[in-house]
Amino acid sequence: MPLPAMSKVTKYEKAVRLLRYVSRRLLALVCLGIGGALLSASLVRFAPGYGVQERELDPRWSAQSVEALRKNQPLQEGLPSFYFQYISALARGDLGQSDSLKRPVRELLRQRLPVTGNSVIRGLGLAWLIAGLLASLRLGPRQSFYEVSGTAFSSLLLSLPSAVVAMLAVQLRTPVFCAISVVVFPRLHRYIRSLLMRSYDQPHVLAARARGLRTGAIFLRHVLPVAAPPLLALLGVSFAIAFGAAIPIEALCDSPGLGQLAWHAALNRDLPLIVNLTLAVSLVMLAANSLADIAGRAFAGNTQ
Amino acid sequence: MSSLKKIAATLLCIILIVIVLATIFVPAPYAQQFRELPNAGPLTAHPLGTDALGRDSLSRLLYGTRVSLLLAPAAALLSTLIAALLGSAAGFVGGWFERIVLVATDLSLALPWLFLLLTVRALLPLDVPPVVSVTVAFLMMGLLGWQASVRVICAAARGVRDSDYLLLARSSGCKPARLLLRHVAPNLRSLFYAQFWISIPLFILTEANLSILGLGVMEPMPSWGNLMRGFEDFSTVAANPWKLAPLVLLVIVVMCFQLVLPSEEVTQ
Repeated sequence: MPLPAMSKVTKYEKAVRLLRYVSRRLLALVCLGIGGALLSASLVRFAPGYGVQERELDPRWSAQSVEALRKNQPLQEGLPSFYFQYISALARGDLGQSDSLKRPVRELLRQRLPVTGNSVIRGLGLAWLIAGLLASLRLGPRQSFYEVSGTAFSSLLLSLPSAVVAMLAVQLRTPVFCAISVVVFPRLHRYIRSLLMRSYDQPHVLAARARGLRTGAIFLRHVLPVAAPPLLALLGVSFAIAFGAAIPIEALCDSPGLGQLAWHAALNRDLPLIVNLTLAVSLVMLAANSLADIAGRAFAGNTQ
Repeated sequence: MSSLKKIAATLLCIILIVIVLATIFVPAPYAQQFRELPNAGPLTAHPLGTDALGRDSLSRLLYGTRVSLLLAPAAALLSTLIAALLGSAAGFVGGWFERIVLVATDLSLALPWLFLLLTVRALLPLDVPPVVSVTVAFLMMGLLGWQASVRVICAAARGVRDSDYLLLARSSGCKPARLLLRHVAPNLRSLFYAQFWISIPLFILTEANLSILGLGVMEPMPSWGNLMRGFEDFSTVAANPWKLAPLVLLVIVVMCFQLVLPSEEVTQ
């Protein structure tokens, strides 16, 4: 009986291949983290106005005092020493101090990440639920009324800037996560519908339909498994869309999350805060994308 | 071309003609303040009323439309040019160069677009003249908005790389630059157009978001984004529905762009 042994080997090979892929992704994530940290350090170091204190502009300070102040500035230290100190501080989890809020960036992140995370996860959950339901409902009978009304509604929502959605949410006293789901929903709906329709039009689905299988069974057994890997990849991308939407929504809805913090930092040119915040959010996004990608690969490997 | 596409294209053309000829239609310069008429309703002299500073709303809407509608395509052109250059070169050359470009693209696609824009905006001074702020806002979008297009263009260029006519051109002694410019790029032209059209509504919406947050086009220069900043006081807007004109126009234009976009086969 050579067949079971062959399938065992294939499974083992698949597992090894997946493990290799996971380790490659992890290594890439670490490299990107280091690269991102170097880029952040460069952005902070070479931005106009770095190392200049407001006190230097105060006319009451004498020229000698201003000179003494400048000597104490980090500009005086060499570039390699600056990079080394920056990266080693990041490795210790020290993200520096916010210029405008005069508080450690790490503390601000710890305080605000749960607020945004909660809104983003709930908003994404709602958007995925509605988009998935609508897309799967419109799979079977492709009537023109459903097509036109669905496309028109989706286009209308796509045409609204997220800041306007936020203003409406403030007016209607809607929670932040609902506003996030309104922004994310049309983008998800478009892709989910396109992916499901492509899977639904496969010849094996047509054969299943011809054999009289029920729509629910066709959807669960034949359409969803084919569409799952790209849908999982879309899940990773949707995190980035939701985090992006969180900036105007949290800023205008006065929700104390990362979006509002980023807006505050940009308005006040608080470079240590905005740069390290973007670095942290980017690493979270990359990790989410990698996870979604690995899950998609594992799923595709199991279904093959 | 479907009838809906035709209607959308006609509407876009009409709006473009109106904004090009805006100087003829506007009742007053966009920054002129009629101090005796702040927050006025529609009048013969000011068909859309005036804002809190007494500036004519119709003039500001027309000039704002001009700023948003002329500069978004400019930013889209810049981003498409970058994407065309990077994507076709990566797909054509292949190997490590393609891998580096695709990794960089994946990396930037994974980042929230607005976080990236805010970071770059924060690096630049905020108290800049309005014209500089317009240039900075759209240049920033053009320089940072190429990632999505690169993947599509690279995939198409990879397909062209192994084609017979390219093999023939190569065997005739064509240099790589000539191959890229004379043989690869012209075959991807329809894709470049598609990516250009897709980017325009994206940049219009991004400008609106940035300007509403006070990080885009600076006052007194009007744009759709900063004209919509007044919506924060929604009770005023509800009592004066004509103040919604910038939002209505933006939605119409973005929807029209979405309708006239090329088919999914070209864009995916």
